[in-house]
Amino acid sequence: MSANPLSPEPGEEAHAGLQRRRFLGYLLAAPTLVAAAQLGEASVRAPKAAAAVNSAPQPAEVYDLNDMLTDAALPTSHLVSVQINRDGTASFEMPRAEVGQGITTSTAMLIAEELDLPVDKVHVTLADARPELVFNQLTGGSNTTVATYTPFRVAAAAARGRLLQAAAVELGGAVTDLTSRAGVITSQLGSISYAELAEKAASDRNQQVVAQLKPAESFSIIGKPQNRVDARDIVTGRKKFTTDLRVPDAKPTMICRAPTLNGKPESVHNLAEVRAMPGVLDVAVVSTGVAVRAETFGQCIDAIQAVRAEWKPGTAAGKSDETILRELKAAQLPLAVPKADPLAETVEAEFTFHFRSNSALETNCAIADVRDDRAEIWSGLKVPIKAQQMIAAQLGLPQNAVTVHVVEGGGSFGRKLFHDAAAEAAEVSKAMGKPVKLMWHRTDDSRVGRAHPMCVSRVRASFLGEEVLTYEQRHTSVATDFDHGLGEILTAMAGKLPPGNRTLAESIFDTTQQTGYHFGVTTQLLNEVDYGFNTGSMRNVYSPDVRCATELVVDQLAARTGKDPYEFRRAFLKDERAIAVLDKVAEEGEWGKRLPAGVAQGIAFHPEYKGFAAALVELDCRPETVNRPIRDGVTGPRVRKVTFAVDVGLPVNPRGLEAQMMGGINDGIALALTSSLHLEDGYFLEGSWDNYFYTRQWNTPPEMRIIVMPPTTGRPGGAGELGVAASFASVACAYGRATGTMPTSFPINHGTLAFEPKPTVPPVPQSPTNGLDHTY
Amino acid sequence: MPEHSFILNGEQVTVTAEDDVRVLWVLRDLLGVTGPKYGCGINVCKACTCHINGKAFNPCSVPISAIGEDDEITTIEGLAATSGRELHPMQEAWLEADVAQCGYCQPGQIMAAVAKVRQARAEGHEVGDADLDEIRNICRCGTYNRIREAIRAGAQNM
Repeated sequence: MSANPLSPEPGEEAHAGLQRRRFLGYLLAAPTLVAAAQLGEASVRAPKAAAAVNSAPQPAEVYDLNDMLTDAALPTSHLVSVQINRDGTASFEMPRAEVGQGITTSTAMLIAEELDLPVDKVHVTLADARPELVFNQLTGGSNTTVATYTPFRVAAAAARGRLLQAAAVELGGAVTDLTSRAGVITSQLGSISYAELAEKAASDRNQQVVAQLKPAESFSIIGKPQNRVDARDIVTGRKKFTTDLRVPDAKPTMICRAPTLNGKPESVHNLAEVRAMPGVLDVAVVSTGVAVRAETFGQCIDAIQAVRAEWKPGTAAGKSDETILRELKAAQLPLAVPKADPLAETVEAEFTFHFRSNSALETNCAIADVRDDRAEIWSGLKVPIKAQQMIAAQLGLPQNAVTVHVVEGGGSFGRKLFHDAAAEAAEVSKAMGKPVKLMWHRTDDSRVGRAHPMCVSRVRASFLGEEVLTYEQRHTSVATDFDHGLGEILTAMAGKLPPGNRTLAESIFDTTQQTGYHFGVTTQLLNEVDYGFNTGSMRNVYSPDVRCATELVVDQLAARTGKDPYEFRRAFLKDERAIAVLDKVAEEGEWGKRLPAGVAQGIAFHPEYKGFAAALVELDCRPETVNRPIRDGVTGPRVRKVTFAVDVGLPVNPRGLEAQMMGGINDGIALALTSSLHLEDGYFLEGSWDNYFYTRQWNTPPEMRIIVMPPTTGRPGGAGELGVAASFASVACAYGRATGTMPTSFPINHGTLAFEPKPTVPPVPQSPTNGLDHTY
Repeated sequence: MPEHSFILNGEQVTVTAEDDVRVLWVLRDLLGVTGPKYGCGINVCKACTCHINGKAFNPCSVPISAIGEDDEITTIEGLAATSGRELHPMQEAWLEADVAQCGYCQPGQIMAAVAKVRQARAEGHEVGDADLDEIRNICRCGTYNRIREAIRAGAQNM
């Protein structure tokens, strides 16, 4: 509950004993009240002061990827508006994509807070592609809440200020005598609801106003645990994903693909035969294969089984895990730092991280309705403007003739940064002249869909006595595809980046990687090879691998200097917030407790996205656990307990933050122990969830404790990816301690192929018919 | 084309489809019942889990011709009605624990959870860690730990 007028001048002022931050807002001409933020002047922010004691700051400590994304979004923040509806609710078309990370919920909270409305009265939907937003419609880098925390609230606060003004006119008296609560404005003279004010408060012209944000002390929603706004729709089956949408005549459509990665169709022998199959409506040869449109997806699968075609070779012909590993090792940048002291000793290690799939549970999918003069697309898209531009170019249409609807996604993990399915659906719809509901088969999603590139990380650290003098890391990776709009942002923000002729990927690496430790002269560099693969950012991008390598070397340094791994980290950590999360997990997770032989703890930390995370795990590597039988699944060592602490500066929704950490922990466990793609002769062997071993119930820790630290900075950091790196690293460290051997190849079970690979011709398996034999 | 009749969420339905079309596509593509999700098509991800005559099954791997007139198929849309309440206790437990993230696998998870609790009881015990470890439904968001919490809580009200 609070009362404040729109004020004439922006700035800071004390009011009623509380500091209210003031920003420029806009009222937009509309039938009911619509308000937006104006934040252009806030885009110049001083770089964080360097706080080096032993180590000079690494680039990511001064200006990181999140600063860049936030600054890129600011100039267009005034184009994002909150609307008050005639029923007293608020609507907000969010220019970001919900894919499970919980931003429809956290955004509803931000708006509800500033509007003094209950969260369930704020309807957050996803905006269509809006090219005028330029850089302000990219969902990635765990940046949504970092970038939008102020602009979204300012828009809501501007609306509330206007409602108060309108209420003062209606009720009589001064704005300062009014209070707003739960969508009703009250004075001693009476009360009036937002519903009654929605039209009265509307502006007949665009005008600038000053909006005042609540001080944190007055928050009643931000910082309190909030369940997801879409939870009820989810548990009742009502939540609609792309393939659940009913677009007239958009029939199920699938592609028969090549038996090699990115192979193209050369000739198809039996188009007429396929076209005549039951349920099949249309067949067309497109750039990626043979497209089939049918009454049901099952009949698309039947048709794919029947296609007889010749294929041109793919982009990874002849390549395998072994050839890529050689390619990576040959491309490693030299370790360059001279020996700091003739008496210094060194720790050296090299780690291999295999290809991994970021396939979400919802496979790549999109609906497209392409006509001669226009097109309409529906898909889960994190960079819809880029999708719109590219699809328009592909179809030969002007950009404004392509409408792109952003649909809530069934997971992303990096996948939905790209619009692969949308581009393909548009091509197929154009070729067939009909609307299509295109869905990738799981097997395609696993084998052809984008992957986290294979990489090698080489580390050398030197120490003398108790001092670490140097830390060098050379990360060599198969190229990561960032061609989803980040490039344009980087170009626009180039002046703010560290100097040097760095490639796009190197700049991403530079602006995200840091050791977080005072390890003297520190360099972490990326080099990339091989552009033949379908890659992309996978949740937390480079960090899980880079961090895993770092923390394993830290354990080695601790051992060589005779220190306890926890105490050693504590002594070298740069940031108080890092020490606090590490201390928290050490205390709550009982670091150093006695465990049976074969069971060990591992501890690790990770700083990123303006936040800090630490994980302490107990890993059971005893034979009876490792070899426990599970049908069509891998078991291996089991994490039996996780203690995790996270400090994001200001947790907007602690419940959602905890959920993101839980997901990150299960991802980290998968990266360390079980999940990878095997490349053999230009093709990935893993064809479904019975081959690709993401964490399952029988792998997940029976005991998990996630501690959300109290606010430290007053500003939210990123959450979606923060949980992965420390979890991965802590499991790897625990494995080293449990087995007595530092692991150097990940996941640790990659050397054993635990399944019979599915055929590549036909490219997708037929569905079984014996499902009734497995009821329970 | 053959006609197939069965009981779907308490109502007799009739649909025209080739005999070998899997039930998942009959539900989703022909009848517009989209709660059961596609995740693999080969009965390994379990995202499409529904009930047949009260037991969990995966319609991606059952041809429609295998379903008889008296067979009762329950999807997530019809689960609440089987409990005679606005929401099934398992759905309520899911809300209470705020299990879902993206939500794509969750209808299947809930249907599997209900069947798992019943299966454990039929075997004479309450659902425990060993039963939970047997659940094969994948959640790529990694909500497993809240799923475990919700199943234990939901079981108490079943």
